[in-house]
Amino acid sequence: MTNSKRHILNGYGNGQRLLAVLLLITVSLTTSCGGGLQSALNPAGPQSQHISQLWWFMLIVCTVVFVVVLGVTLVLLVKKAQGSPDELPERESAESQRRKAFIVVAATAATIVILGAFLVDSFLVGRGLTAALDRKQGVVIEVTGHQWWWEVRYPDVDASSIFTTANEIHIPVGVPVTFTLKASDVIHSFWVPNLHGKKDLIPGKVSTIWLQADKPGIYRGQCAEYCGHQHAHMALWIFAEPREQFDEWRRNQIQSAVKPASDSEKRGQQVFLTSTCVTCHTINGTSAGANIGPNLTHVASRNTIAAATLPNDRDHLASWVDDSQQIKPGNRMPPNKFRPEEMQALLDYLQSLK
Amino acid sequence: MLLLATGVLLSCKREQRQFEPPPSPAGNVVMSQLQPGAQRPEPPTQNPFEETAYGLSEGKRLFTQYNCSGCHANGGGSIGPPLMDEKWIYGSDPANIHSTILEGRPNGMPSFRYKIPDDQIWELSAYVRSLSGQIRKDIAPGRSDDMNVHRSEQRVEKKKPEQSFVPKGAEQP
Amino acid sequence: MVERSQNLPVDAYTEADEREIKELERVWACPPGIIGWFTDTDHKAIALRYVVTAFVFFLFGGIEAALMRIQLARPENHFLNPDLYNQVFTVHGTTMMFLFAVPIMTALGVYLVPLMVGARDVAFPRLNNYGYFVYLIGGILLYVSFILNTGPDAGWFAYVPLSGPGYSPGKRVDIWAQMITFTEISALCGAVVVIGTIFKMRAPGMSLHRLPLFVWAQLVTSFMIIFAMPAVMLASSFLASDRLIDTHFFNPAEGGDAILYQHMFWFFGHPEVYIIFIPALGFISSIVTTFARRRIFGYTAMVLSLIATAFLGFGLWVHHMFATPLPQLGQSFFTAASMMIAIPSGVQIFCWIATMWGAKLNIKTPLLFVLGFVAIFVLGGLTGVMLASVPLDLQIHDTFFVVAHLHYVLIGGSVFPLFGAFYYWIPKWTGRMLSERLGHWNFWLMFIGFNLVFFPMHQLGLQGMPRRVYTYLPNGGWGSLNLLASIGALILALGVAVFIVNFLWARRFGLIANANPWNADTLEWSLASPPPDYNFYRIPVVEGSNALWDRSAENPVVVGLSSTKRETLVTSVVDAVPELRYELPGPSIWPLLLALATAETFIVGIFTAWAFAIGAVLTFGVFIGWFFGDPNYENVAAKEPPQSEEPHRAPEVLRAENA
Repeated sequence: MTNSKRHILNGYGNGQRLLAVLLLITVSLTTSCGGGLQSALNPAGPQSQHISQLWWFMLIVCTVVFVVVLGVTLVLLVKKAQGSPDELPERESAESQRRKAFIVVAATAATIVILGAFLVDSFLVGRGLTAALDRKQGVVIEVTGHQWWWEVRYPDVDASSIFTTANEIHIPVGVPVTFTLKASDVIHSFWVPNLHGKKDLIPGKVSTIWLQADKPGIYRGQCAEYCGHQHAHMALWIFAEPREQFDEWRRNQIQSAVKPASDSEKRGQQVFLTSTCVTCHTINGTSAGANIGPNLTHVASRNTIAAATLPNDRDHLASWVDDSQQIKPGNRMPPNKFRPEEMQALLDYLQSLK
Repeated sequence: MLLLATGVLLSCKREQRQFEPPPSPAGNVVMSQLQPGAQRPEPPTQNPFEETAYGLSEGKRLFTQYNCSGCHANGGGSIGPPLMDEKWIYGSDPANIHSTILEGRPNGMPSFRYKIPDDQIWELSAYVRSLSGQIRKDIAPGRSDDMNVHRSEQRVEKKKPEQSFVPKGAEQP
Repeated sequence: MVERSQNLPVDAYTEADEREIKELERVWACPPGIIGWFTDTDHKAIALRYVVTAFVFFLFGGIEAALMRIQLARPENHFLNPDLYNQVFTVHGTTMMFLFAVPIMTALGVYLVPLMVGARDVAFPRLNNYGYFVYLIGGILLYVSFILNTGPDAGWFAYVPLSGPGYSPGKRVDIWAQMITFTEISALCGAVVVIGTIFKMRAPGMSLHRLPLFVWAQLVTSFMIIFAMPAVMLASSFLASDRLIDTHFFNPAEGGDAILYQHMFWFFGHPEVYIIFIPALGFISSIVTTFARRRIFGYTAMVLSLIATAFLGFGLWVHHMFATPLPQLGQSFFTAASMMIAIPSGVQIFCWIATMWGAKLNIKTPLLFVLGFVAIFVLGGLTGVMLASVPLDLQIHDTFFVVAHLHYVLIGGSVFPLFGAFYYWIPKWTGRMLSERLGHWNFWLMFIGFNLVFFPMHQLGLQGMPRRVYTYLPNGGWGSLNLLASIGALILALGVAVFIVNFLWARRFGLIANANPWNADTLEWSLASPPPDYNFYRIPVVEGSNALWDRSAENPVVVGLSSTKRETLVTSVVDAVPELRYELPGPSIWPLLLALATAETFIVGIFTAWAFAIGAVLTFGVFIGWFFGDPNYENVAAKEPPQSEEPHRAPEVLRAENA
């Protein structure tokens, strides 16, 4: 092969590679930029804010390092010496070796400095995340992970103010919230990217995480540790609200269930209490007191059902009650074949439980 | 290689997982043969779930969740008769146990008709049989993640069922 | 003074030489027939079996990946139900990590290390054979069970309690746990064999500081295997016993601990990825030396980096557990260690770049793959440094960001150098050159396809998509990037297909390779392609770090090794001074029998603990045959009376023009 031909092929190789890499980066980043729901790059609280800043710092430095290394590689491809492939290699001159040794040592030193900077920043951010905080105004929430839903309990010194709900958490804005995390069966992981990193829920252990939302909003979280068939559909919502709104919500949740008013709702309650529903679900104020499945006392006040998988409207509720295995195969709720008028009455009742 | 082949061939049925149970109306077992109209079909005597490990593991979970332990403890019995021994008052066949749970029995066993779906009753029935070792060892459940109250069902010695038909309270002193 | 390159002067053999070579061929020949295939102990044959088997598993793993990408291409897709998807992603991870990556690195070591150090075979040929059979049986166990709906479905790491007896019914996870045992025994055997060969069977003159970097990489990896594999065998054995005989190792209600499993698994799991990565560093050093036609810059630094990576690799495991409730301060230690490990890797890359700077680069396919490695692995290493930071890891742990990172470092850091190694060494293994044009297509399709699949996953992870999900909701905005990744998977698959086409094409139409088509420096390139069964007729005396380039005109070799027995030279550990002649065992049925005894123990052990008692008895019986039987019982050829009995003389170094 002649020298010039080799050069052309080489130029083709360099440009093509660089272009490919740049194209990929641009395409990926522009198709879906930064923020959004459930995104770690869309922080809404101090924890995720600090982590996000750490991320951008590391990203910029790492991109520079990557570009430098790749650039040097491309340059050396272009600058390669000419020579026959059959010649034996010459030994490099001592001068050239010394120069290279200096550069390698300098590069290694730069690496160490950069890593040191990362380490310090990471440690400081980590300290900030777990720093003890004045939690007098704070809220404590207990979350227990089940296969495949979240049991949420708001404890209180006054026992009559304790209540339990499922999959939807409300917190006041601007106030630190401490989550006590437990698992009832396998390992799950509590993760709301807009607000904080994740914490595992491990059977036999209690984890704690505290976070804070700085602006009102609705933030989606999802289980982040493989926990079986429906790990993909185990999500939750956090509603960050102004204090008054949160207090009002809380006061409502503490109440027992709304008594059925219309005939259809009464019939629906009867259906609930005389069929399979009552063996797994609790509705405070009725004789239904099982705690295998989510607490349904205020189910109609929630935005979603089935661990944030379905919107909470009549049609979805109907298909969930009728055959949840079609939607979330393998989940713990069995299909329930009701007669049409029973189903309508039941839906009326459930939708009245605000 | 032969061992490998036989071992894994036995697994064909063991590992099936049925999330969509066949639809069954509640209350398909009746106590009396007298009824108006056409004869209802005979209830199945084979437990459709007996041969799968998943069904048995579900049965074990449901045993705790539906509080069977409240009367039967973990199989050793308290106010309800023990389930891990060889004495069977109402029969040890899967259909008998299914009927016990569905219909209830005299002296305190409640009826769970309309409360526990039919396929779950079959799963519980299979689990109850495993408590006395009636289920094949590779299908029976292992230990639970709770306090150790008895040998896991896969290590329980198989007991020969005695169909006694005499409830405990009626036995001769 | 610049020397002319030269192959060994095979045309200068005398008649006595010819007779000796004929004897050697007879003594080292593979026995005929099916029994011959099972009893052959030639390291090259065993290594090629490893390569083919591991590559087949690679293709299976790739098919599983393709299935996953099809399922995830659209939100709420119904291509795979969750039960099947969970089995597929578990078997994909298990296959790639246990059945492909480690065995194929072992394979290249088993093939090339004896050739590079100047030995006629590995130190323990029968153990080598046993290791292969155990691996094959383990792989068959996994795939037969997968086909029969008993594939493990708790993830390749199988965390308890999900994988425990309460939440994984049936035998799926038991099969996984026992399959681990098979692959780890196989890896341990390979490690022992490689260490023995490297330390004691080198050619005279190849002191430790003249060892090729490939051999250093294999040595370091083998030591890592010996320290890491027992941890996972323990973890999987505890899990198996929890499931089978009611132990409570991981049962918190009875004093066990679910996190214990994670510690034990990841104490293995992190060194595991370095076990996969470090041999690839050896490939790269070989390829860079040859295609830059220059000695590697900073040999000492490179060796120390390899050793430092291995040591540090054992101190990082908790970075897989940052989200667990372990104390913060302890976790920070692992952040520091995880970041520190970037330093030796960085040093290696700087040294390679320094080697290539200003050198006469021969841009062939192997070098293309090395350049691909630089681009991809550096990116993966940088995301690794990001993941090392505890706060950042809390956001991106167990998301697609980690999936992206691990594939960048494993595919970029191991699979790309592996493909480069294929293009580099297949001429040696098969005697045919692969097509350069198809090689370029192979590389570019793989490079572009790979980046299209995995780069968007960084974004997906940051946008909140967790791992191990069989589907996702449409309103999350993850659909378009997932579709892009699935399209990229198609291109990546095409790239691998081009490789297979290239290989098959070359078998018929490839250029015939002479002994040293690349003009490389290590000893395997002094032998015919493919090498004869006995490797070296005369073991050369090594005179420098780059054996063939530093060879003097005198070309000293060793004479005196028997050609009527399978004999090789054993030398001292540090300076490779000849110590004694060592007779190697020939073809033998015992490795296969031992593998079958092991198979009985662990496969029937899935169902009953009595299998271990029976297995112990069987193993004992086989050991008696192995150790007390005639090591050359099956080597019928060697039992024929030799034509001329050479007087017994000590090996000596012969300095002559025509050795």
